[in-house]
Amino acid sequence: MIPACRLADLPRGEAHRLDIDPPVSVFHTDDGELFAIDDTCTHQDASLADGWLEGCEVECPLHASRFDLRTGAVDAPPAKLPVRTHEVVVEDGTVYVRLSTEAPNLPPCVAARLAGGPA
Amino acid sequence: MRTVAVVGASLAGLSAARSLRKRGYDGRLVVVGAELHRPYDRPPLSKEFLAGAIGEGELALERDDEELRAEWVLGARATGLDRTERAVRLADGREIRADGVVIATGAAARTLPGTEGLAGVHVLRTLDDARALRDDLARGGRLVVIGGGFIGAEVASTAYALGLDVTVVEAAPTPLAGPLGEAMGRVVSALHTDHGVRLLCGVGVKGLGGERRVDAVLLEDGRSIPADTVVVGVGARPCVEWLEGSGVALDNGVKCGVDGRTSVAGVVAVGDCANWYDPHTGAHRRVEHWTGALERPDAAVAVLLAHGATEPGVPRPPYFWSDQYGVKIQFVGHAAGADSVTVEEGSTDDRSFLAVYRRAGRPVAVLGMNQPRLFTRRRKQFAPAAS
Repeated sequence: MIPACRLADLPRGEAHRLDIDPPVSVFHTDDGELFAIDDTCTHQDASLADGWLEGCEVECPLHASRFDLRTGAVDAPPAKLPVRTHEVVVEDGTVYVRLSTEAPNLPPCVAARLAGGPA
Repeated sequence: MRTVAVVGASLAGLSAARSLRKRGYDGRLVVVGAELHRPYDRPPLSKEFLAGAIGEGELALERDDEELRAEWVLGARATGLDRTERAVRLADGREIRADGVVIATGAAARTLPGTEGLAGVHVLRTLDDARALRDDLARGGRLVVIGGGFIGAEVASTAYALGLDVTVVEAAPTPLAGPLGEAMGRVVSALHTDHGVRLLCGVGVKGLGGERRVDAVLLEDGRSIPADTVVVGVGARPCVEWLEGSGVALDNGVKCGVDGRTSVAGVVAVGDCANWYDPHTGAHRRVEHWTGALERPDAAVAVLLAHGATEPGVPRPPYFWSDQYGVKIQFVGHAAGADSVTVEEGSTDDRSFLAVYRRAGRPVAVLGMNQPRLFTRRRKQFAPAAS
């Protein structure tokens, strides 16, 4: 498990990005639930932690695709693929993330960069 | 309703088709497209696709598992609408009878008169346009972009990154003054000069030089700018000629109510060809933004399925983005009519800031450069306030 942040430092309606590769973000919804998903929109290199959190969905800050925090599913283009979801555990006031073992759906430009190709 | 024809197979048409099915319409659905391609995403055509970073497969707007149960009539241009027979006529003589019609024929790039047939001269609107331009940019050399609007600026940025020698020519004193206002138009268009791209403003284009292939852009002040490739980015006109005489009221595109209803019952219009009434400004406005083409068709489809008996909602304020020289530009609202613009976060010199446009003290628009997080917060506050 990776420690993300103190729960007290993550108010409702906010997100915390873990700068791992690829980055993961923990969202604290207005209803008090915690979810972790891949931070990068599957369409283009945008941080979902910068997005618009509403209920259990986050809208990409650039192009309005909405991802369901519970399932990772996307509702509308331009993104077509889901993001991975990760398990969130809170112990002694610290938020931890247990990373998914699935392969991430990264946007083409980011995937190329991680593979060492041209950005 | 047994048959609905969606005329136009780009984002607005696809969004309308999706909304029809999502709202439970179970009848025949015919989607007519002038291009041969299935719906594809246009914003990357001036950016990642033109740069060669993504291929055609990645432009597809439909998901592999998507089941729209639509009949696709592609490569077919609509030439007329018969309101009494409620039939869409196609260029090849076919007719599609429908109980409901969604007009989504988009817009076409304006060209420079007298430049047809000169090799090396491009517009950028369609996938075919982008393929042709990409091939020419691969030759390298000197690119002259006529028009400093968003398409022109994005092409200039992409070509600069590909290593071309780029000049942008803009007839107005300040590029982007229409969508962004003078002050911010100046800030955003300074991205060109930041990167050594020449920006010539306040000078019109007299013509193009060259015999079979373009070799120069001739300016009205007598200058001649050498060019191996020229991109004409001087705006778009709505594709509504096919509706002339149909009874559908036209005025800068299809004249629509607040929810896409037209002057003819059973006919709605969406996307770049649709001039919707805008309750935010009390005037009609043809919004040519990707997000409008994505979001607004749902309201028009609701009208169509309810035979006009719906309470019109208020659309979200227009939003668009642009990517130039690695800088993210985002804008929501209406710059026209603002009486002040204030930089409230960051600094224009750093090309990282948030600017708020106000009219009589009330925010009417927000511009962000490289500030997606702050911009999103403002946009969130902004949307309910405007409704």
